[in-house]
Amino acid sequence: MLRRTLLSAVAALALSATAALAADDKPAIVFDIGGKFDKSFNESMFNGSEKFKAESGIAYGEFEIANEAQREQAIRNFADQGYSPIIAAGFAQAAAVEKVAKEYPDLKFAIVDMVVDLPNVQSIVFNEHEGSYLVGVMAAMASKSGKVGFVGGMDIPLIRKFACGYAQGVKAAKPDATIFQNMTGDTGAAWNDPVKGGEITKGQMAQGADVIYAAAGATGLGVLQAAADGGALSIGVDANQNHLHPGKVLTSMLKRVDVAVYNVMKAGKDGTFKGGILALGLKEDGVGYAMDDNNKPLVTAEMQAAVEKAKADIIAGTIKVHDYTADNTCPVQ
Amino acid sequence: MDWTVLIAEVLSSTIRMSVPLILACLAGLWSERSGIVDIGLEGKMLAAAFAAASASAFYGSAWIGLFFAIAVSLCFALIHGYASINQRGNQVVSGVAINMLAAGLAVVLGNEWFREGGRTPALPPEGRFMSIDIPGISALYDMPVLGIFAKIVSGHSIITYITVILVPLTAWALARTRFGLRLRAVGENPHAVDTAGISVALLRYKAVIIAGILCGLAGAFISTSLSASFVRDMTAGRGFMALAALIFANWRAWPALYACLLFGFLQASGNYMQGTAIGGVTIPVQFINMLPYVLTVVLLAGFIGKSIPPKASGIPYTKDR
Repeated sequence: MLRRTLLSAVAALALSATAALAADDKPAIVFDIGGKFDKSFNESMFNGSEKFKAESGIAYGEFEIANEAQREQAIRNFADQGYSPIIAAGFAQAAAVEKVAKEYPDLKFAIVDMVVDLPNVQSIVFNEHEGSYLVGVMAAMASKSGKVGFVGGMDIPLIRKFACGYAQGVKAAKPDATIFQNMTGDTGAAWNDPVKGGEITKGQMAQGADVIYAAAGATGLGVLQAAADGGALSIGVDANQNHLHPGKVLTSMLKRVDVAVYNVMKAGKDGTFKGGILALGLKEDGVGYAMDDNNKPLVTAEMQAAVEKAKADIIAGTIKVHDYTADNTCPVQ
Repeated sequence: MDWTVLIAEVLSSTIRMSVPLILACLAGLWSERSGIVDIGLEGKMLAAAFAAASASAFYGSAWIGLFFAIAVSLCFALIHGYASINQRGNQVVSGVAINMLAAGLAVVLGNEWFREGGRTPALPPEGRFMSIDIPGISALYDMPVLGIFAKIVSGHSIITYITVILVPLTAWALARTRFGLRLRAVGENPHAVDTAGISVALLRYKAVIIAGILCGLAGAFISTSLSASFVRDMTAGRGFMALAALIFANWRAWPALYACLLFGFLQASGNYMQGTAIGGVTIPVQFINMLPYVLTVVLLAGFIGKSIPPKASGIPYTKDR
């Protein structure tokens, strides 16, 4: 008897749970490997969604994937339950988004860092090369040895785009500067390997680099740590990472994925959502560099003036920063 | 680039990358020499890495972190010992279970305690084993050949120097002491040992406990010396690499050291050689990253000949049937 009551109680619970999950026009977000607390890309998106939740009072669905196979599953799950818009974080989710978005033409989707050419998908891409150019200018001016480093995560064109923009900025400020460029690996594990990131950083420092830019997700935490330990300056990425080692992080290349996520969720709520490609650069404040109390002593007035000038020139179009992904080559090394 | 700097850095990095391999390999050596197969090296190291980073974050001391690392690793080792000695279970299955348990538990507990997605907070210098300079040796840095040597030997953490002592200690203990000889006998022919009136179970438990302590050291080194926090799956297969090194070394202490140094060197040179050109040709990153695996296969297949495991390893001991 007791067992039967328990069973029916469980059944009732299960039923009410599915009822609660049936969402109409609630947004959902699928984070990529690295997790929503990576202090970088994913965490920035998480902050954007939290902001939306705080303002609108609408709870959103979220999923942190643990392996490649879960991507499509997670997106499809949200689609089944009627969540819209569904936001996928990161370039690696493009195939999954494309597949599911085709099957659910009435739902709205968004993908960050990749283009999916479907009418119900908004593809949000950033001009990371422009932001990286700015931190490159700053790195070249802060470097005493004339040698700077770059540590990337997984070796993909997107990360080469960061590296290439950075290299152009460095060369613009100091034409004879040397740039060491290293990638952590060729698989998704390269986003989550701070030990290797730290070793690569130590290698670059041994060769004389004294400012090192990390574009490597959680691997970057190891880069920033090794640089701080070894007396070099580092540059954070995506979110503002200046606070991680106050006084030892020169600046951070901001990529405002938080704003992008917030805008998508808001557009979904207001009914103003549009498919297509949305490119966010310096002009749209989609990328930039971070200034706060933690790095104020490191950045001289001269450096800030040079960076601001470069920023104005890029917006005005007098400086053209080459985009690596346009032709998969970089004019400077 | 200056070649002397590169050589010094790569070799210094080799030592850093080798230390966890050596410790794990010695752990496997003790355990397997007594007849207990230990697939769970990876899991024990991971659990220890997590314990070290969390305890160090709570108490702000690397030594307390190390204490907890060894304690946690010991618990896992004793679970493995209980399953494979008392319960006569399949040792491979028990080892795999330990690996899974450690990987899952670390992330779940880490998320519960620190709310950083399974990571632990970054540790301050006093919470880590920082590199120590041997007094007086830094004066040698600018000398031509001696300088390189000095840079390689100096500037490591205390755990590295402990490891250096542990290798000859293990070799000596296994070859020369009564305990070591009995332990090896238990791995070859437990019936003979039992007939001589020595407890097989007790000897095997001692071996498993030593393995636990060594894995604890290795884990603490990874999270509080090589890096400054715990990250999901941060041991990155080092436990399995250590097992490969053990096979490579034919279950002997000194060859184990060389095998681990070789693996460490391949990892280190992979990190440092990226983007460097040899003879005007830039070597693709992918090729460098592939090298450790290719060399492992080639060396295992062609150069070491036959590798013979302890006869009784993996077989649970039953007094009579």
